[in-house]
Amino acid sequence: MIKEKRQILIFTLFALIVLLAPLFLKGSYFLNVLVFIGINTLLAVALNLLLGYAGQISLGHAAFFGLGAYVSGILTTRFPVDPWMALLAAALCAALLAFVIGFPILKLKGHYLAMATLGFGIIMYIFFNETVDLTGGPSGLSGIPNLRLGQLIFDNDRNNYYLVWVITLGVMLLSINLSQSRIGRALRAINDSEVAARVMGVNARILKVQIFTISAFVSAIAGSLYAHTMTFISPTSFGFNFSVELLTMIIIGGLGSMYGSFLGAAILTMLPEFLRVFRDFDIVIYGLMLILITMFMPKGLIGGLEALFKIVINKIKGGAQNVKR
Amino acid sequence: MLRIKNINTFYGQVHAIKNISLHLAEGEIVTLIGANGAGKTTLLNSLSGIVPPKTGQIIFKESEINHLAPYKIVRLGVSQVPEGRQVFKPLSVEDNLELGAYLNYRITGGKTQAKQDMEMVYELFPILRQRRKQLAGTLSGGEQQMLAIGRALMAKPRLLLLDEPSMGLAPMIVQEILKVIANLSREKKTTILLVEQNARAALKIAHRGYVLETGRLILEGTADELLENKDVQRAYLGRDKKEIWER
Repeated sequence: MIKEKRQILIFTLFALIVLLAPLFLKGSYFLNVLVFIGINTLLAVALNLLLGYAGQISLGHAAFFGLGAYVSGILTTRFPVDPWMALLAAALCAALLAFVIGFPILKLKGHYLAMATLGFGIIMYIFFNETVDLTGGPSGLSGIPNLRLGQLIFDNDRNNYYLVWVITLGVMLLSINLSQSRIGRALRAINDSEVAARVMGVNARILKVQIFTISAFVSAIAGSLYAHTMTFISPTSFGFNFSVELLTMIIIGGLGSMYGSFLGAAILTMLPEFLRVFRDFDIVIYGLMLILITMFMPKGLIGGLEALFKIVINKIKGGAQNVKR
Repeated sequence: MLRIKNINTFYGQVHAIKNISLHLAEGEIVTLIGANGAGKTTLLNSLSGIVPPKTGQIIFKESEINHLAPYKIVRLGVSQVPEGRQVFKPLSVEDNLELGAYLNYRITGGKTQAKQDMEMVYELFPILRQRRKQLAGTLSGGEQQMLAIGRALMAKPRLLLLDEPSMGLAPMIVQEILKVIANLSREKKTTILLVEQNARAALKIAHRGYVLETGRLILEGTADELLENKDVQRAYLGRDKKEIWER
């Protein structure tokens, strides 16, 4: 389990805020946005395991998200499968695919890995788009049933909020835990120097495939949750643009930090909504903000906030000392 | 303990190790000397399985290891200290050392054993204890080399492969590190294969040595023989050269 008390405290605080937030929010529009942020956070956390911890890039993660959504959608609309079983099947399906393609793909490094995953993402996108009989093609797949737990049906924003966030918080906790374990250390070692990690006895090849598989598994859960909360899916949500958006989320938020993933997901989900007032200029301001954040906060928002926090603390301490004198 | 028979290693088309055979007895310090590009590092990488040899045999304690994956070779008791230190810079000193014990960490008692071994490393290099919460990237070159050696020792190796521990370090630090290496062999009976460009310093602590040139073994002998050898003196030691601390 998590060793440091400070870490436990931070996580508990974060979880409490997230779980109590709906009590203070009026109107379902906000809750709806927060559901999206939850799903995006889950995806960002999954990608962060791969890129932030193990240092392996993926430009095709939207494909696993899409696969999760489609497996879940197809199983529940065309076959009488229980949504929960469909969710599990979707996650296992994506994990299996990741495991199989992981062995050849993860032999590649850097730009070549980026290209290979990009190719994979595009192939999957074409597959969603063209297999009209199965996926509904460009016009999408509708009528996906909601998840339910006994009498509780996850068909309104409040219920969906708790559904998505309980799962997201659970995955975040496991991920933070992982980073402090023997495997987490090994992943960070691979990130820094694969050769040195290998001569330490780390089986880098298997470990990379494992983390890729886990990442795909979590992404597919997010996809399945998306399908069951939206009840409608179409290929455009799972294209190359979304893969890049996911990458932007974790880089803006802070690589290797799960709270950074949340911040990145939150900002990239909300920003377009806030920027609507600027009409046609919104994309310019959006781009400018991303550039400024990467320029002035190279460790992402979470790194920037930490630095800011330290400065403030030092100011307060310095001020106190001055008063004493 | 280790026998290498006629190995050939390639990087693509480049024939880097040409038909090399050598052996190490238990408890020995053997040094490999040679100029840049002679194949010293490649030979170590072949031993640890990072660049496996194409032909030939490597036998470590009765078992053939030339086809094994690196992690299996580590498990058998061969640890490498890679060239240029290669400590994990964004990780703390403590995390680096715990990674050294990666394979033993999971077995029962592994964690307590790792704690004890960490104490052993801190005794060997007291400066690391002071620095244990610090990120490895913020250490000085000498401290990083100590950490790299300590990390390799955490795997409890029977055979330690050291790749240029003196690289880019001040003469004083080189002396200190070589002293520790000599002690390891004397007190812990660790067998050591030491690759060095600083031939004089290496031959001072080694029992025997091999000289490599463009992928071939051209000379072997006891450390004293090599120190006396006219060719070695001219090519690698500098006829009248003395290190700063010897003046």
